Amino acid sequence: MTKENIRKAILDIIAVVAPDEDLSNIDGGVRLRDQLDMDSMDFLDIVMELRKRYKIEVPKEDYPLLATLDGCLEYLTPKLVAVVV
Amino acid sequence: MPAGERPGLVQVRPGPKQRSPLAYDVIIIGAGMSGLAAGIRLAYFDKKVCIVEKHHQIGGLNSFYRLDGRRFDVGLHALTNFVPKGVKNTPLPKLLRQLRIPRDELDLHEQNVSQIRFPHARLRFSNDIALLTGDIADLFPRQVDGFRRLVNDLRTYDDIHHTAEPRSTRKVLTDYIRDPTLVDMLLCPVMYYGSAEENDMDFARFSIIFRSIFCEGLARPRLGVRRIIRSLVRRYRACGGDLRMRCGVIRLNIERERVAGVALESGEAIEAPIVLSSAGYFETMGLCSDSSAHPEPDRPGRLSFMESINILDTKPAELGHDTTIMFFNDAASFAYERSRGLIDDRSGVICCPNNFEGHKDMSEGIIRFTSLANYDRWTALPQDEYAAAKKQCHAQVVERALRFLPDFRDRVVYTDVFTPRTVKQYTGRLGGAVYGATRKRWDGRTRLKNLFICGTDQGYLGIIGALLSGITMANLHVLSDE
Repeated sequence: MTKENIRKAILDIIAVVAPDEDLSNIDGGVRLRDQLDMDSMDFLDIVMELRKRYKIEVPKEDYPLLATLDGCLEYLTPKLVAVVV
Repeated sequence: MPAGERPGLVQVRPGPKQRSPLAYDVIIIGAGMSGLAAGIRLAYFDKKVCIVEKHHQIGGLNSFYRLDGRRFDVGLHALTNFVPKGVKNTPLPKLLRQLRIPRDELDLHEQNVSQIRFPHARLRFSNDIALLTGDIADLFPRQVDGFRRLVNDLRTYDDIHHTAEPRSTRKVLTDYIRDPTLVDMLLCPVMYYGSAEENDMDFARFSIIFRSIFCEGLARPRLGVRRIIRSLVRRYRACGGDLRMRCGVIRLNIERERVAGVALESGEAIEAPIVLSSAGYFETMGLCSDSSAHPEPDRPGRLSFMESINILDTKPAELGHDTTIMFFNDAASFAYERSRGLIDDRSGVICCPNNFEGHKDMSEGIIRFTSLANYDRWTALPQDEYAAAKKQCHAQVVERALRFLPDFRDRVVYTDVFTPRTVKQYTGRLGGAVYGATRKRWDGRTRLKNLFICGTDQGYLGIIGALLSGITMANLHVLSDE
């Protein structure tokens, strides 16, 4: 996956988890929970979708690293870069 | 293909015990709202799930049935927790997100206006709480500030932490409202829409139901509950879940504090490392092979209802009745308890499905009544007296209702009545207790390490509550536990 693909993959997951949110103006540096209406159940779903779609396991202690979109990109790029789209 | 050859099935046969492969990741007992919701979550996230349902019909306590070409909803008067599109962070949008079901699929239509009727008082409410507040200001001017304070506190009341000791709602309400009539009037709809306790209730539960009715609101899918059921089943199947109808569980085989196998009425046995049961707490524990060695300290719920449904050749609005739901009490004080006789007609609920927005094209008029009933009385009736008793109780309810409704009797073209006995027969609920046990199992745990309860006895009630219960228990005990 290219960097752009990875960003899209993450946004696709957020769009499935929170379909009623506007994702066009997400600020990569701000916590997702502070700009979108998402609770801990939704957050669990992001992790679950990563497992379902890309077989990526995110250990609980790493959850805070996924708090922002930039954080997601940084954390997931090494894991997704080998994924063939 | 013979049953024994179906994937995931092992024929029970005598002889030396064979270790069968773990057929499923999760077995769910009961294809009601909570079982289906749990099933959708688990199957979506690639668990191998099997839902076993005893009945030939899906829906459990919120099902529908066919009679003489008509379809009747069992439990649904209204879906609670309605919020307009765009409102987030309330149960309805949250659970739709979790189930990945688009909201439009439920085809929800809001109520017109509902009422709480007491001997000398009437309060109206709609999906805008201002109407109720306004009526309280008119009728109970000295109480309205307290009511506003109550609503405000309830909106932020944290009911997620159920570990707190139960608190008496009647006691808590005295901090807000001094007039006992108003207290009863507020309790009436809340109790009828989901209290397993008699005459008082835990404040955490009051808070959940109060918000679901008054702060959020009532709506209905035009096709009734089958619209929701269809949507859930479709979703579950699309996720790859296995659903088996007419497939009752006769025994949960217990070994070393775990459910080691689930024996089915068909003679088959299935296995999974986790079993979620929506069959009711006592009903489930009674299936355990070691149940006689583990008597339960408390008892199943006592509350059950008689429901009578009248089909009219006209719409209730044509007769001058446009109220969606009326919660009434015609006695000096409001008693929400198991009736002494077959039923207690002094209070009840009157629901007109036609009186939801967008329901104008329903071909017939419907008026349905809910009355408190007594399971033991109904079951003690000899078979040859049962039908006559239903008829007589129905007539009693209609007569009472005429105090609040225009006379509709000569417009009735069909009537069906079901009793606590019917509920027991079709759902297996002990005592026909549709709201389950008074003590809820908030964390879903049982004495067995891999058996969890979801649905009515876990704690959340009604359609929305049941869906949330299934989702929450699936998340807590399966998905987030990995």
